Amino acid sequence: MFESVPDIIRYVIQGFGVTTSIFLAAAAFSYVMAFVAGLCRLSNITIIRGITAVYVEFFRGTSLIVQLFWLQYAIPMLLGINIASAWWIGVIAIGLNYGAYLSEVVRTSVISVDKGQTEASIALNMTRFQRMRLVILPQALRLMLPEFGNYSIQILKGTSLVSLIGVTDILYFGDVYRSSNLSEGAMVYFILLIIYFIIALPLIYLSKKGEKIAKKGAAT
Amino acid sequence: MATREEEMTTQDQTDEEVVEQEVDYNANPIVSYKDVHKSFGDVHVLKGINLDIYPSEKIAIIGPSGSGKTTIIRMLMTLEEPSEGDIIVDGENLWKMEKGNGEMVRASDKHLHGIRDDIGMVFQHFNLFPHKTILNNCVMPLTSVRKMPKNEAIELSKEMLSRVGLGDKLDMYPSSLSGGQKQRVAMARALVMKPKIMLFDEVTSALDPELVGEVLEVIRDLARTEEMAMVMVTHEMDFALEIADRVLFLDGGKIAESGSASEVIEHSENPRLQDFLKRFRAD
Repeated sequence: MFESVPDIIRYVIQGFGVTTSIFLAAAAFSYVMAFVAGLCRLSNITIIRGITAVYVEFFRGTSLIVQLFWLQYAIPMLLGINIASAWWIGVIAIGLNYGAYLSEVVRTSVISVDKGQTEASIALNMTRFQRMRLVILPQALRLMLPEFGNYSIQILKGTSLVSLIGVTDILYFGDVYRSSNLSEGAMVYFILLIIYFIIALPLIYLSKKGEKIAKKGAAT
Repeated sequence: MATREEEMTTQDQTDEEVVEQEVDYNANPIVSYKDVHKSFGDVHVLKGINLDIYPSEKIAIIGPSGSGKTTIIRMLMTLEEPSEGDIIVDGENLWKMEKGNGEMVRASDKHLHGIRDDIGMVFQHFNLFPHKTILNNCVMPLTSVRKMPKNEAIELSKEMLSRVGLGDKLDMYPSSLSGGQKQRVAMARALVMKPKIMLFDEVTSALDPELVGEVLEVIRDLARTEEMAMVMVTHEMDFALEIADRVLFLDGGKIAESGSASEVIEHSENPRLQDFLKRFRAD
């Protein structure tokens, strides 16, 4: 039973680069979206708040798989255009989806910074932008760290969905291997679990660390 | 409270810096409240405040809890918008501005930013920036708001922090200080900005009793040596009596008594004030 293990590893690991690159790109994209949308939802301008609310609720309220299928199959069919390669579609869909979740983390962290901090910076005559950049965000960032860690692990696991639109990640290679070696199915998926877990280990470590930093960030 | 002896030594040390300050009540006031009202929801807290504050004048506001003392100074610091009336700072309307056609409209952020530069405030709960060292709590507003070169800002901040007795704690974070020390940092941070008028919002109320003295000592020193006007909302009655040029007793949303400390605290016949003082002294 175990003699096939090295073969399976060697085979599925071909997708390692794609899995990690989609993860890194999608995570980076979702962080950017999180800050853009999170801060827009705190804007004074109603229309900006409205548009971001629609984005956030739409992406939180619909399934990531269906979003992937829309970008990959439905839109090209309807409009006759190919949006991008499957790799990019994976990055965009995952990034937009988790960006919507994370924007709520950004928004609530900013709100939960003590009001006295804003008042002190108004009393020092800082502009709105300076207040945000120098006083509120540095403190809010600490509060965000644990949730950003959690969601990063979720994003990693979410990347496995891209195999459904034909992106050659580790799950894709696992499926291919299993389809020609049906009796190895259990072992293939067991190895995939282990690989995901190993990639997630540094993220788990970082989010634990983030939690400690967040605890220290309490206002005076 | 500092003992008489301590006071004497401070007096000696600062003798040279003492500015002889007679408040000039014929000068133009730097701040005028004109029939200012404030409601929070259905609660009408301030019911017509009229008050002129003169350059270098030291004012203490006393009164029962919930009488709106703090709201008076928060409106001047632009933290609370008046429901009605005008606040004039150095001849300019703080909360309203003139549109092109002469119509008065609600002040923009930019308008407020332009005027509140002359105003500083110290808060009951200090509100230091917890992610910055003590030195940087003072340096950051100077470099960002005043655009002061960093080395100059550091010099000025060190000087001010030494003045409040914290010259040896520059690299510590606020969380490692006592309440009294935090409040002194907060004062240094407000002072480096050189405001023309400084507001103190119950700055000793959140402190353990044994830490009150060190904070009052700093204010006493400021009152003697600084030309800026000061408005203190306080429960420290003896302290108000000692340093204020004028004491205001706030009651029922209005300034019920106004006059020199001795006039108001010792000789007023106002029964509400008598009652307030009696309850206060009984505590």
